[in-house]
Amino acid sequence: MTEIAPDRLAALAEAQAPREPETTRRRRTAATTPAAERLRSGLTRFYLVLFFAYLFLPLAIMSAATFNDSRFPTVLPWLGTTTKWFGVLLDDRLMWDALWTSLIVGAGVVAVALPTGVAAALLLNGLHARARNIVYALMVSPLLTPGVIIGISTLIFWDRAFGMPGGVLLTILAQASFITGYVMLMVLARMQRFDPGLEEAALDLGATHTQVFRRITLPFLAPSLAAASVIAFLQSFENYNTTLFVKGLDTTLTVYIASQVRTGLTPAVNALGVILIGITVIGAAVYELRRRQALKP
Amino acid sequence: MTTLLRRYGWPLTAVIVLLCAWWVVVMVVLPQLVMVDYSFRPNLLPREIGTEKDVWTLANYKTLWSNQIHLAIFFKTIWASCLVTFVTFVVCYPIAYYMAQVARGPKAGLFAVLLVIPYWVNEILRTFAWYILLSRGGPINEALMGLGLIAEPIDLKQGDLGVILGMVYAYILFMVFPLYTAMESLDRNQIEAARDLGASIPRIHWRVVIPHSKPGIATGCIMTFMLAAGSYAVPALLGSPGSRWFTEIIYNWFFEGGDWPQGSAYAFILLLLCLGFILLMLKLFKVRLGDIAK
Amino acid sequence: MSQSVDLDHVTMRFGDFTAVRDAHLTINGGEFFSFLGPSGCGKTTLLRLISGFMEPTEGVVRIGGKDMAGLGPNKRPTTLIFQNLALFPLMSVAENIAFGLEVRGVRRDVRRKRADALLDLVALPGIGDKKVAELSGGQKQRVAIARALAVEPQVLLLDEPLSALDLKLRQHMRSELRALQKRTGVTFVYITHDQGEALAMSDRVAVMDVGRIEQVDTPERLYDAPVSPFVAGFVGENNRFPGRVVEVLDGLACVETAAGRLVARAGAGVKTGDAVLLFARPERLRLVPPREEAVAENRIPVTVTDRAFEGAFALYTLRTEGGTPVTAHLVHTGGGDGGPAVGERAVFAFRPDEAIVLPDDGRAAPAQEAAE
Repeated sequence: MTEIAPDRLAALAEAQAPREPETTRRRRTAATTPAAERLRSGLTRFYLVLFFAYLFLPLAIMSAATFNDSRFPTVLPWLGTTTKWFGVLLDDRLMWDALWTSLIVGAGVVAVALPTGVAAALLLNGLHARARNIVYALMVSPLLTPGVIIGISTLIFWDRAFGMPGGVLLTILAQASFITGYVMLMVLARMQRFDPGLEEAALDLGATHTQVFRRITLPFLAPSLAAASVIAFLQSFENYNTTLFVKGLDTTLTVYIASQVRTGLTPAVNALGVILIGITVIGAAVYELRRRQALKP
Repeated sequence: MTTLLRRYGWPLTAVIVLLCAWWVVVMVVLPQLVMVDYSFRPNLLPREIGTEKDVWTLANYKTLWSNQIHLAIFFKTIWASCLVTFVTFVVCYPIAYYMAQVARGPKAGLFAVLLVIPYWVNEILRTFAWYILLSRGGPINEALMGLGLIAEPIDLKQGDLGVILGMVYAYILFMVFPLYTAMESLDRNQIEAARDLGASIPRIHWRVVIPHSKPGIATGCIMTFMLAAGSYAVPALLGSPGSRWFTEIIYNWFFEGGDWPQGSAYAFILLLLCLGFILLMLKLFKVRLGDIAK
Repeated sequence: MSQSVDLDHVTMRFGDFTAVRDAHLTINGGEFFSFLGPSGCGKTTLLRLISGFMEPTEGVVRIGGKDMAGLGPNKRPTTLIFQNLALFPLMSVAENIAFGLEVRGVRRDVRRKRADALLDLVALPGIGDKKVAELSGGQKQRVAIARALAVEPQVLLLDEPLSALDLKLRQHMRSELRALQKRTGVTFVYITHDQGEALAMSDRVAVMDVGRIEQVDTPERLYDAPVSPFVAGFVGENNRFPGRVVEVLDGLACVETAAGRLVARAGAGVKTGDAVLLFARPERLRLVPPREEAVAENRIPVTVTDRAFEGAFALYTLRTEGGTPVTAHLVHTGGGDGGPAVGERAVFAFRPDEAIVLPDDGRAAPAQEAAE
């Protein structure tokens, strides 16, 4: 699931498993003939190439279409190379407005989801078996609910009960209602490795509860808080299904892209895609490099 | 609760409990309850609310039953989502197994990064990429014509094919990661032992790998089905008027029909559908909710 | 800078389970006091009651004569050294030691000076800027002590702090802890299941079993004059002879056992006809020369089943004619005589004033387990 991806990544790259023992390797070759083994590894390679092509070709073609000097986003026929669509994109006021809205909503979601998610993790950690299971189920339920339903229920609740129409505020509330769940899961995972004895020791040395939380608990959670903030922001930034129902007259970047695809489609959308993909790839590369450096002794 | 008090003192405990109550009650539970309540009421003008017209009724649910088109789209959404879930599973199973059990060391790390990158790309953009692929003058049509399979471009976005292809692509990683996580914890020796005992490769997967990966399979299927059935972006971008999705009808009730209670009823039916699928998966794979979403 | 600790009829229950049963004792200011008992005897609970992590179900905890009810661990003049030490991994050594001062608002430079002084005290000068993870087990131990002493506690509580160390370091730390306690004069309350630690370091020891305090005494008195079969069996090694009292006279009890009639000091409450246990320490048993066999008091005819030479002592495993297993530690005299060999018959004996008869309450610690 979404929230664990970076952790999984780390675990994966660290899996520098020892080479399998000689005996098992010999046993395996004994069980299969060399020809069958070759066929198997050939098939495996074929599948891997196919899979990653499937994963990346669509994105590559979309990116390539940006540079085609055509009025429509397409790679065929190739009418010459151009970068003019970046200029068109940068001149688009609506795009800038949408980006600004997305940033505000993202910041708002982080501001709501981070403290709430931490509180939820602490609460779960302090509850016992039965109560814990019930509260846990309630807290992960938004993650298993379709986004459109979260959007709809938030809209009805705030609009009809409090006269609060759709807009940036409702978008923040609706997105935070499930993104908090992701934050909670990430903090909870970190919390599981925490020694509560440290809190007791600090308390015993005369710290107040607030001091204990600030000096002991929070610094321990810090790495997960940073990761959770990034994920919460990205989740908010790319959300579409929920946002669609609660956005009111405001438009986030993702909603803007979708509307551009459905109406008035020009390669300027591809230009935006290229920029977003570029940021993603650079971000992932930087994250991976920094993590590898941190792993070095 | 006493544990919490002892660990964090009452001011912090109060903050913790208030924040959680705010989230769970005000942001999650109450809106859902209000939505359900709303779905059982007629569509009224604001000044009519609270008058004798404001009664509970099943009318909104009867609408779906009596509207043949909506009903057809509802069932189409169900089977298409099941199909998406199944195809996604088939596509993802080998790569998850390869990463968890075959690839080791730096290679596995590289694959994980490669898998994650498209995942961080906006869902709308991923769908848009397929929009270009599937378009009339797009690469797929060109390729099919080049191979001589078709004489002139066909509209791949007509019908449900495009939507299903786009969904499989969009939700692939929600299947890969749960599968990978579950398979990774399988002791390699079990596979070696099975092979040593003469089990064929399909049999090893059927008897050893799949039973071990049940929680991951259940999680992946639940996530994929939920995303597919609840998707608005993919059918809206890749579909045509002839291939509408249930979510699109819900949207129309809200923002074109202006009948919120009717939309709420449809939304609640969608929620029940997803809930039913979750329960079915949990029963089918004999796992508990606690094992899911970990 | 040391205060007494009073436990005034303290009881602690968790639901149906009673962890501490009517503990009633006074720990004097400046004393090195230990709670000794097997795991699960309630000693950790007692420590948490004193430090304020728990409030007793019944009774009162007083420190320096002041009732501690309602005061949390951060309000009590005690500090606790945790079993796993609980050093803060994200702080440097000096920050760890100065943490208690930091939360009291002491200025940074003053804190640092105090931390350095404490590092000198625990013989680790100049490591203040190291990370906790860089320290060895013994160093961590000392840093934990320095951190606890930094806030100048009246009472220092130690929860089996040596259990994670290897044997050699453990023995070294024992004498160091003892010296530190004398130097600082702080009241030390130490809990352990290791009788060696408790006897070597403490001024007084409370022996606990299933939530009950069995005996509070000096180490010597615990060893020589246990008041209950549990203490007799748990503290040091002991041979026991179950039997029935035939006669009590002048503080001596005559007991009919499977090994014959034996006489020893009568413990409190021992009456004629009682079921009792007679305890005789292995090193109190002596080998009776053949010519004295007929006249010796408390004769125990045995067969040697095993013999292990350990330098200062020869450890004998014996069996009486009635089948009771007996161990005896004979001082090695170096006279060339190896003593009886395995399989030989011999007669051992002990002096009546060096053994004790206690009422058999069915709760004696198993003899073999006690010698840990």
